Amino acid sequence: MDSCIIKNNKRINLLDIPTVEIEKLRAYLSATNLRPIAFFGSDWGSATKLFVALADDEKGEVILSSSLIDKEVKAYESITKDNYQYHMFEREFYEQFGIEPIGHPWLKPVRKNLDNYEFFSMEGEELHEVAVGPIHAGVIEPGHFRFSCQGEKVYNLEIMLGYQHRNCESLMIKRPSVQLAESICGDSVIAYGLCYCQVIEELSGTKITNKAKIIRRIGLEMERIAIHIGDLGAILGDIAYLMGKEVFAVVRTLVINTMLEISGSRFGRGLIVEGGVNFDINRELSKKIVNTLDNVKRAVENMTKAALKSSTVMSRLEKTGSLNKETAQEINIVGLIGRSCGIELDSRFDFLDEFYCDCKIKPFKATNDAYSRFRIRYKEIIDSISIIKKLLKKLEQFENEETKVELNPLIPNSFALSIVESWRGELVQAATTNDKAELSRYKIKDPSFNNWFGLALALRNNGISDFPLCNKGFDLSYCGFDL
Amino acid sequence: MLDTLKMKLYQKKQYIKDIKNAPIKDQFRGLPVLDDRKCSNCGVCAKICPTGAISLNPLKIDLAKCTLCAKCKNLCQCAAIDFSSCYKLGVDSPQKLIVTSKTTIENYKKRAIEVRKEIYSIFNRSIKFRQVSAGGCNGCEMELNAASNANFDMGRFGIDFVASPRHADGIVITGPITKAMAGALEDCYKATPDPKVVVLVGACALSGGVFQESDELNREFLDKYRIDLYIPGCPVHPLTFINAILDFIRKK
Repeated sequence: MDSCIIKNNKRINLLDIPTVEIEKLRAYLSATNLRPIAFFGSDWGSATKLFVALADDEKGEVILSSSLIDKEVKAYESITKDNYQYHMFEREFYEQFGIEPIGHPWLKPVRKNLDNYEFFSMEGEELHEVAVGPIHAGVIEPGHFRFSCQGEKVYNLEIMLGYQHRNCESLMIKRPSVQLAESICGDSVIAYGLCYCQVIEELSGTKITNKAKIIRRIGLEMERIAIHIGDLGAILGDIAYLMGKEVFAVVRTLVINTMLEISGSRFGRGLIVEGGVNFDINRELSKKIVNTLDNVKRAVENMTKAALKSSTVMSRLEKTGSLNKETAQEINIVGLIGRSCGIELDSRFDFLDEFYCDCKIKPFKATNDAYSRFRIRYKEIIDSISIIKKLLKKLEQFENEETKVELNPLIPNSFALSIVESWRGELVQAATTNDKAELSRYKIKDPSFNNWFGLALALRNNGISDFPLCNKGFDLSYCGFDL
Repeated sequence: MLDTLKMKLYQKKQYIKDIKNAPIKDQFRGLPVLDDRKCSNCGVCAKICPTGAISLNPLKIDLAKCTLCAKCKNLCQCAAIDFSSCYKLGVDSPQKLIVTSKTTIENYKKRAIEVRKEIYSIFNRSIKFRQVSAGGCNGCEMELNAASNANFDMGRFGIDFVASPRHADGIVITGPITKAMAGALEDCYKATPDPKVVVLVGACALSGGVFQESDELNREFLDKYRIDLYIPGCPVHPLTFINAILDFIRKK
C-alpha cells in the first residue's frame, strides 16, 4: 500500500501524504499488525479525507496514509470486523462524518448521548441491572455505567460517556492556546500542553532550546509521580485501608507543592509555552527538587511495603479485575494499563527521544490484575524519580541557554503529529494547516480512548463491589475521552 | 499492624493549624495587582488573553474569566500587571470579581464576602456539599478532593462532600456546564432539600473560561437560580476554597 514514513514530532507536507482508495486502505489495515494511533476525518472541499497513522513501535516510526471519500459515498466496509483495534476509531469517524462502516459489530454512539439509547441488556429470572451516574458518589467527573448482574456478579458492564463533551477539537481551531490545551484534561496538564506545543512548533518550524526540552520532561515526570502517588492512595482508599490513603495523599502534596515552586501552579499550569518554558530551574531549585524526591521515595517505599504486607489489602488486590494480554492487545490497550497487562509499550522509549534514551528502565513483571496495576504505579514512581535526577544533572550542561524562543508563523499545507507518554499512556495530537497557514483540523487521542473498553472487559465475572477498585486502578479520563 | 503504626509515627501531624493565615509559596499566582499609571494602553494583554478577561481604559481584569496563567504579565512591556500570592479570592457577587488598579489585597479581602444572617444561623457549624462536575477538566475536582486530605482537612470545620444531594446543604459546581450535563445538574439541584446554597468553583464554572466559545455548553442554570458564592481560580487552590466557605458560613 502507498504510505509514507515519518518520525514522531516531524512536520510533513500535506500533499506528500499518499492518497489511496478506501478498499485498498481497508485491506491493508485489516491485515497489518501495526497499531493504529490516529484515524480521523477532515473536511476536504466537498469530500472527506480520512487520515490514518500507524505506529511501528520497534522502529520508532509512524506510517501515514490517507483516503479521499467522495460526498456521495456514505458507507464503506468496516475494518473492525477483521481487526478489533479499530472499533473506537470507526465509531468516532461515523459519529463525526456520518460515513458508515458497514458490518461494524457494535456501532453505538461515542459521545452523542441519545435519550432513547438502548443499552445492551440480558434477560433471565435472576438477572438485574444497576445504573450508576452520570453524577457519581465522589468528587469525580460524570459518566454513566450500566451493570448487568446476577446477584453480586457482573456479567457485563456498558459504559456510556459524552457528558463532558465541550467540542475541544473545533475550539482548538477557533482559538488555539496552551491554556485551552492544558484544560482539555486537567489531570494531565503537562502532557497535553507539551503535546500541543510540539505540534505547533513543528507546524511552524520552530526549534526550541535543549534547556526547554529538559525542563518540559522534568515537568512530565513530576506529573507522573504526583498522579501515581495519588492513585496508590485512592486504590487503598477504595479498599478501606485508610492509613495508606492519607499517607499517600500527604506525600503527593510534597510533589505538587514542588511543582508550585517551579511553575506557580500545583499542576504545572503555565510551565510550558509555545517556544519553550516560562520558568527556569536553577541549581538551588534543582537541589531542593532532589531533596524532596528523596523524601518522597522513602515515604512511598515504606508505605507500599506496609500496605502490601497486610493480608486484607492483598486479598482485595490479587486476581481482581484481570485483563489478559491477548485480549488487551486485540483491543489496542495502551500505556500504563497496557504495561500492567504485559504489553511493553512506552512511547518515551519506543519513539527515539534524545533525552530519554539513556534513562532506560527495567521491564515490569505483569500479573494483569488490580495488584499489577498497583505495583506498576509504584515502579513508575521510583523510575521517574531516577529519571528526573538524571535530567536535572543533564540540565546543568545547558545552563546558559535561553528558556524560550520566538515562535515562527505556521507553514501552510502541513501535517504534524506528536506522541507524548502522559501518565496514562500514549497521548497523540495531530494537526493540519490549510493554504492560508491556518489550523484546519486538530485531532486529539487520549489513552483513555483506547482503554475504557478494557475496564468493561476487566470487570466481567467480578463482584460489583470491586468496581470502584477496578475503576481507580484504571483511572481513566472522562474529559480526555469526551474532549 | 506494627508497620502501619510506624508509618503513622513517621508521618507525624500533617495538618495546617491556622488555615486562615496559612503561608503559601511566593510563586503562587493569586490576586492580580494592576497599575494603571504604568499602562500604555497598547492592548497586547487584552489581545492575547486566552479567555478575554482583560479590558483597557482603565485596565481591568475579570477574575471570573481569568485563569491566572500570567501570559499578560509575561508579555506586558510596561510591567502594569503582576500577580500577588494572595489566595483568598472567593466573593459573593460577580461585580466584586473585577480587579482594577484601585483594588488592593486588603480591600478585596474586606468586601469579598458579606456576612448573611440566614446563612450563618443555619450553616455556622456545618455545611455539606454535593459536588457536580459539569464538564470540569478534573483539575478543580482533584483540588476539591485535596481539600479533604490530611493537610487541609476541611472536615474539622464541618465542611464535607457527601454522596447524595439528599444529604446536602448545597451544591458545588465545577466545569463550564455542558449540554449533556445541564439536565443532570438541574435534577441534582432539585433533589437537594431547602434551604440550599449554590457555589461556583473555577473559571470554567464562573464564565465558561477557556471553553466560553464552545457550542456544546448550556449555562441556563446560572440564570435560573441564585448563586451564593463565586470562587475563581484555574484550578481553585484548596486554601482558596476552604477560606471562601469559612468566610461564608462564619461571622467574622
